[in-house]
Amino acid sequence: MSAVGTTQLERARVRARATDTPRRKRFPWGSVVVHALLIACIAVVVFPLYFAFVVSTQDLQQVVQRPPRLLPSSHLLENYAQAWRKSSMGRMLFNSAVMAVAVAVGKIAISMLSAFAIVYFNFRGRTFCFWMIFVTLMLPVPVRLMSTYEVIGTLGWLDTYEGLTIPLMASATATFLFRQFYMTIPNEMAEAAQLDGAGPLRFLWSFLLPLSWANIAALFVVLFIFGWNQYLWPLMITNTEEMRTVVIGLEQLIPRSGTELPTWNLIMAGAMMALLPPVAIIIFMQRWFVKGLVESEK
Amino acid sequence: MQRTVFKSRWLPYALVVPQVAVTVVFFFWPALKSLQLSLYRVSPFGDKSTFVGLENFRKLVTDPDYYASVLSSFVFAGGVTVLAVLGALVLAGLATQKIRGLAVYRTLLLWPYGIAPAVAGIIFLFIFHPAYGILPYFLSFVTAYDFNWLLKGWVAMTLVIVATAWTHLGYNIAFYIAGLLAIPTSVMEAADVDGAGPIRRFVAIVFPLVSPITFYLVVLNMVFAFFESFGVIDAVTKGGPGQATEIMVYKLYKDGFIGLNLGSSGAQSVILMAMVIGLTVLQFRFAEKKVTYR
Repeated sequence: MSAVGTTQLERARVRARATDTPRRKRFPWGSVVVHALLIACIAVVVFPLYFAFVVSTQDLQQVVQRPPRLLPSSHLLENYAQAWRKSSMGRMLFNSAVMAVAVAVGKIAISMLSAFAIVYFNFRGRTFCFWMIFVTLMLPVPVRLMSTYEVIGTLGWLDTYEGLTIPLMASATATFLFRQFYMTIPNEMAEAAQLDGAGPLRFLWSFLLPLSWANIAALFVVLFIFGWNQYLWPLMITNTEEMRTVVIGLEQLIPRSGTELPTWNLIMAGAMMALLPPVAIIIFMQRWFVKGLVESEK
Repeated sequence: MQRTVFKSRWLPYALVVPQVAVTVVFFFWPALKSLQLSLYRVSPFGDKSTFVGLENFRKLVTDPDYYASVLSSFVFAGGVTVLAVLGALVLAGLATQKIRGLAVYRTLLLWPYGIAPAVAGIIFLFIFHPAYGILPYFLSFVTAYDFNWLLKGWVAMTLVIVATAWTHLGYNIAFYIAGLLAIPTSVMEAADVDGAGPIRRFVAIVFPLVSPITFYLVVLNMVFAFFESFGVIDAVTKGGPGQATEIMVYKLYKDGFIGLNLGSSGAQSVILMAMVIGLTVLQFRFAEKKVTYR
């Protein structure tokens, strides 16, 4: 086997040497093709968003004109202002922000605490708690739809921020992530802290928390997007205009009957406002976003 | 694996209480109630309930409407998964080549993940709009076929599949890029030396090496398409036309909240629960595989 291996390798080396020099001078067709393919694919992926933006800057006549106009027009400000007024956009964006931030912060906080307890304490029922948290992965909203609604009603939390946020705060993935991270921290650190007279809460606050910022940032980005983009939950929990989040409020702008004006420019303006916060967070915090996605799913 | 440095009789309990309270009150209790509900017939106003055993399940199993919703769930989830996973693999393959400007390309590929499926659905609804949409307009030059999603079930299904797959792309690409960058360069160089072209390299080396990621993403995309896709259906098609896009989750919502048929919706919840448990077990078998694989 080794003899064959050597001759193959040698032959390959000869071939590599023979082709290496001219290849370096040749025009890099390969990377041009890759660039071209990437640009073509990205054009397809970006087009829906570009088109939505373009439509959001047009007046009604341009929206319905044939052939469709694919260039931005000059009605951006008036469309966004009108969409804002027509749908109490300010209030909806505020509700979405409250929901996204509260769910993200709440999930991170209670997951840190329970992961800390599970890793650093030995207590009766520890394994049981761990499995309970794990099983929440198997109980998405649809499988407990009607009965969760009933529970929220019993608590008097329908149409409140508590109902909108607290029931979503359990998080198996965040708990696993923190647990995994705590287990990479050398045990000596906790022992040293203990020798210095620091209690468990002091250790959590002054040692673990500062070490966890990278994980917290990564989780925050992913969970903010999760919270902002919820649909079924706010639809079920809220029933007044004041509590509606932007993702569910948008649907009500769509003209369904033929008698309404096809104000797609206003709907697209609303859609742009609804999608801008989470998309901006991905673009500006891309590093944390990728870390959060890839690591929290382990 | 365990560190038990700190000792306290009450503190660990105080630390897990918030998480456990939320799981018990909003996860376990309602899930048990769903199980119970599935065995009862409840009057629409909830004042009377009679134990009926497996009657609710029997009704579902013999209900052609339910079969239709199971079928459209699988068509929807399958379509979304194939489109989003395959597309992501090709795009991630391109975005890990040795070329300039990769950071910009990657950013441009990741952001669709931030768009809520319902918002994506609304954007695609306009693109597909029978009267004002750009897609039917351009298709009308090629064929006389009427691509009206309000009338044709498969067009509506295509609409929601494309919109949902669009939002899944960024997620899958992030995973594939991480996986592709983990392939040792020596492997690719060896293939290059042996004279394998880029497509051959991709099929013979890259694809088998990322197959654990592919499996994981397939499961995850299925879970998402099954359980987190209520929004796109509700915002765009409301299950229509007819019941062409009435996926299981949407039917559950409709029967429960609009039809007020609590027993049937409980039984549907239980069936979905069995499905999500199966998919989660699959997903974690992958996690084990990944450990031995490395």
